[in-house]
Amino acid sequence: MVAPAEIPPLVQVRDLHVSFRTGDRIIRAVNGVDFDLVPRETLCILGESGSGKSVLLRSLMRLNPPRRTTVSGSLQVCGLDVEHASDNELSDLRGGAVSMIFQEPLTAFDPVFTIGRQISETIVRHDRVSWSEASRRALDLLELVQIPSAKQRLSMYPGELSGGLRQRAMIAMALSCRPQLLLADEPTTALDATVQIQVLVLLRRLQQELGMAMIFVTHDIGVATEIADRVAVMYAGRFVEEGPIGAFVAAPMHPYATGLLAATVNAAARDIRLKAIPGAPPDPSRLPPGCAFEPRCEFAIDACKTGVPELRNLASGRSIRCIRVGAAP
Amino acid sequence: MLLYLIRRVLYALPIALAVSFVCFLLVHIAPGDPISSIVPPDAPPEVVEQVRVEYGLDKPIIVQFGIWLLHILGGDFGKSLMTGRSVAQELSSAVGNTVILGLTAAIPAFTIACVLGALAAWWRDGWIDRIVGSVSIAAVSTPHYWLGIVLVITFSVFMQWLPAMGAPPGAASEWRFEWDHIRFLVLPAITLAIIPIGIVTRSVRGIVGDILNQDFIVTLGAKGLHNRTIVLHVIKNAAPTTLTVLGLQFGHLIGGSIMVETVFAWPGTGFLLNNAIFQRDIPLLQGTVLILSIFFVTLNLAVDLLQTLLDPRIRRHPGQ
Amino acid sequence: MSLFAAPDTLTAPQVTLDTVRPGYWVGVWHRLLRDRVTLITASFLLIMLAAILAAPLIAPYNPYQGNILRRLAPIGSPGYWLGTDELGRDMLTRLLYGGRMSCLLGIMPVALALLIGGTVGIIAGFVGGWVNMMVMRITDVFYAFPSVLLAVAISGALGPGISNAILSLTLVFIPSIVRVAESATVSVRNLDYVEAARASGAGSMTIVGVHVLPNVLGPVIIYATSLTGVSMIIAAGLSFLGLGTRPPEAEWGLMLNTLRMSIYSMPEIAILPGICIFITSVCFNLVSDGLRRAMDIRG
Repeated sequence: MVAPAEIPPLVQVRDLHVSFRTGDRIIRAVNGVDFDLVPRETLCILGESGSGKSVLLRSLMRLNPPRRTTVSGSLQVCGLDVEHASDNELSDLRGGAVSMIFQEPLTAFDPVFTIGRQISETIVRHDRVSWSEASRRALDLLELVQIPSAKQRLSMYPGELSGGLRQRAMIAMALSCRPQLLLADEPTTALDATVQIQVLVLLRRLQQELGMAMIFVTHDIGVATEIADRVAVMYAGRFVEEGPIGAFVAAPMHPYATGLLAATVNAAARDIRLKAIPGAPPDPSRLPPGCAFEPRCEFAIDACKTGVPELRNLASGRSIRCIRVGAAP
Repeated sequence: MLLYLIRRVLYALPIALAVSFVCFLLVHIAPGDPISSIVPPDAPPEVVEQVRVEYGLDKPIIVQFGIWLLHILGGDFGKSLMTGRSVAQELSSAVGNTVILGLTAAIPAFTIACVLGALAAWWRDGWIDRIVGSVSIAAVSTPHYWLGIVLVITFSVFMQWLPAMGAPPGAASEWRFEWDHIRFLVLPAITLAIIPIGIVTRSVRGIVGDILNQDFIVTLGAKGLHNRTIVLHVIKNAAPTTLTVLGLQFGHLIGGSIMVETVFAWPGTGFLLNNAIFQRDIPLLQGTVLILSIFFVTLNLAVDLLQTLLDPRIRRHPGQ
Repeated sequence: MSLFAAPDTLTAPQVTLDTVRPGYWVGVWHRLLRDRVTLITASFLLIMLAAILAAPLIAPYNPYQGNILRRLAPIGSPGYWLGTDELGRDMLTRLLYGGRMSCLLGIMPVALALLIGGTVGIIAGFVGGWVNMMVMRITDVFYAFPSVLLAVAISGALGPGISNAILSLTLVFIPSIVRVAESATVSVRNLDYVEAARASGAGSMTIVGVHVLPNVLGPVIIYATSLTGVSMIIAAGLSFLGLGTRPPEAEWGLMLNTLRMSIYSMPEIAILPGICIFITSVCFNLVSDGLRRAMDIRG
């Protein structure tokens, strides 16, 4: 969290809690998240499924189902207080200054409207141009994301494109109103490995060319190293470690992050044995009172059970939520 | 595309044939000699013999079916035992009356039901959903013939606003959109519509609910689209399936009109059917059932074709 | 061709289901116990069925013996709480006895259709191939009739009578139950672990007993319960039309018909049998919905 003081942060999240009611249970998905994001920066949120990372991302645009969701804390995105904004302010923000791409482009597109129409309607909505102007811009966008024979694709339905092209079209749609912030929810997970790399490279290039900031959610450390400036590891709805990607990959500090890295197939380190983390993440409706990772942690001591550790800032620009790190080697 | 449509039409033909066969069998499942079902009991022996030869009743059943089908295709549905008139003649006026009643019931009912179902789905688990849910459960559980009686007691006996039964002079053949004619339709139409309203409401709630649960709805919100635009997306997605439900329910509504027309003495096919059952007039029963079920088959085919035209996924890639 | 399953009691739903996990039925039971509406309607239904079954014990009068001097006594008359009908027979007695016949006519066809249609559907789904083709094409034909029309046509041709009414309704319900059972069976059959069980040499009977039946039972029973609501209405409707039971038998639909002449003089008595049909049907539909929620099955 070393945003230079002169740049106002694009995103400012303070003590964010998000929970859902399902039946008679309360799912605590996000439990106290703080972070800032400055323009042109890419933050990668790394975590297993169920760690609350997608919920966190969606709450930045207030996309979680409104009637079942409870949110507390403060949430500033592009100068807008998302939690207290009116519906109109919010829908101006969505797709305008902030846009989102999703994990599964097949289901994220409306199956009965053409790709061109779905891109154009976003442009018409935000920039109030004519439909013909919008569809001309949609064509430009498809070319920008390097979709071959873009003109024909405009009149195609989502089901008629391959997975990779669909995700490119999704990116084109997200970029249609020149957002300052792009939220990406595991955008490469559903793709083949080769296509995955192409999409990542494209995203990275567009992010730099267009000067966007990006929050990228993934469970894949390889993807994170490819694209991130900073990385935040999420476990049971909290950031347990945060810092620059290089330093993190070289030497993760939190026991969970260490375990995550050790469990990753890494071509460079063939002779290091893969190690799975024992146990399973805690039930988000029944979180332990102390450190959420304590039941699985091999370094746990009694003190870990008594309270949730603070996220401590370290001198190196990294921060960590563990009472053992620094206290003992 | 055209090929696909033709295939669909061709697929409906064997169904229509099989449906006709089932109708043909009605004479044979009736107790006693089939011949006694299709000629009046007081017919002289030479007439009986003539009919026996004409319909090939001494031949194998499949040949009999062929002969019968040829008669039907030539417009000859046999003779009504109770009136002695041809069944086709009896049917021609009744069909018009039933269609008038069916449309009067279906158009407002389906409109209301679609709106209610969509509202319930949009505000899922809210108070609208609960009310609409209870009302539609009550609607599908209503014995409509009983509702007819209740309506007659309320609006005809007590308030004397509307006629208890019958049809305006001339019924469908001299139909006019005037209160003098419409007032005969109000109660039977409500009665006829009650069960389909419940079913359509529940179906539309399910269809729209499924659509609202899909990922792309979140995308539409994430693009900052206004609710009115999102509603447009929902409608276009829901239309093909909803149309199928409506078509099917219109068929059921017409097919279920027998009890309602009996309660209100509305001179349609259902009333005809009721008389046929009462008088054990099997040719009339057979003809009416045949006409109604062929109508149902045709209706389903039409809906199917229309759905194909509406849904780009099927339109562009038929057969997937 | 339909893309989304739509809840529809007159047409068979498409079934989507998860596999039955161990402890699934325990979970279903717990969810049912928490569902107050379903519990209340189910107990109400049970009490009503018990009262109907016990009619000879608890009914105050003879259902067939009337007194013409007491005909059409109003509701609340001393000794005749629910009044008397057009022949002076006690309404409460008639309604209790009528319930026996109405429930027999309403439940029996569904039970028979469940047995026959369920078996045929599971066989068709499990064997697949041309057997499946044949069975499903035949159900297509019966599907091409509106259900009420088919019931009326068959029992109209067969003539009045209880067994004819049950027979015709059974025939009407079999195809839709076949469809539900078939689609559930096919979806279970194609599951990985069932394929694995086949591959490791488990016999057909074992697979059907262990894997298919528990998975198919849920959707089929839910569907049959909702069908019972429909069946009550159509069955009573057949009697109302003069098919099914005949006077002097007590049956709700038939009573509704014979009391029609009295709607001018004694409307509140004339509508009583219909209220009974309505309440029973509502209960079956609510229980069906509750089961659907508890079993977590869409369709």
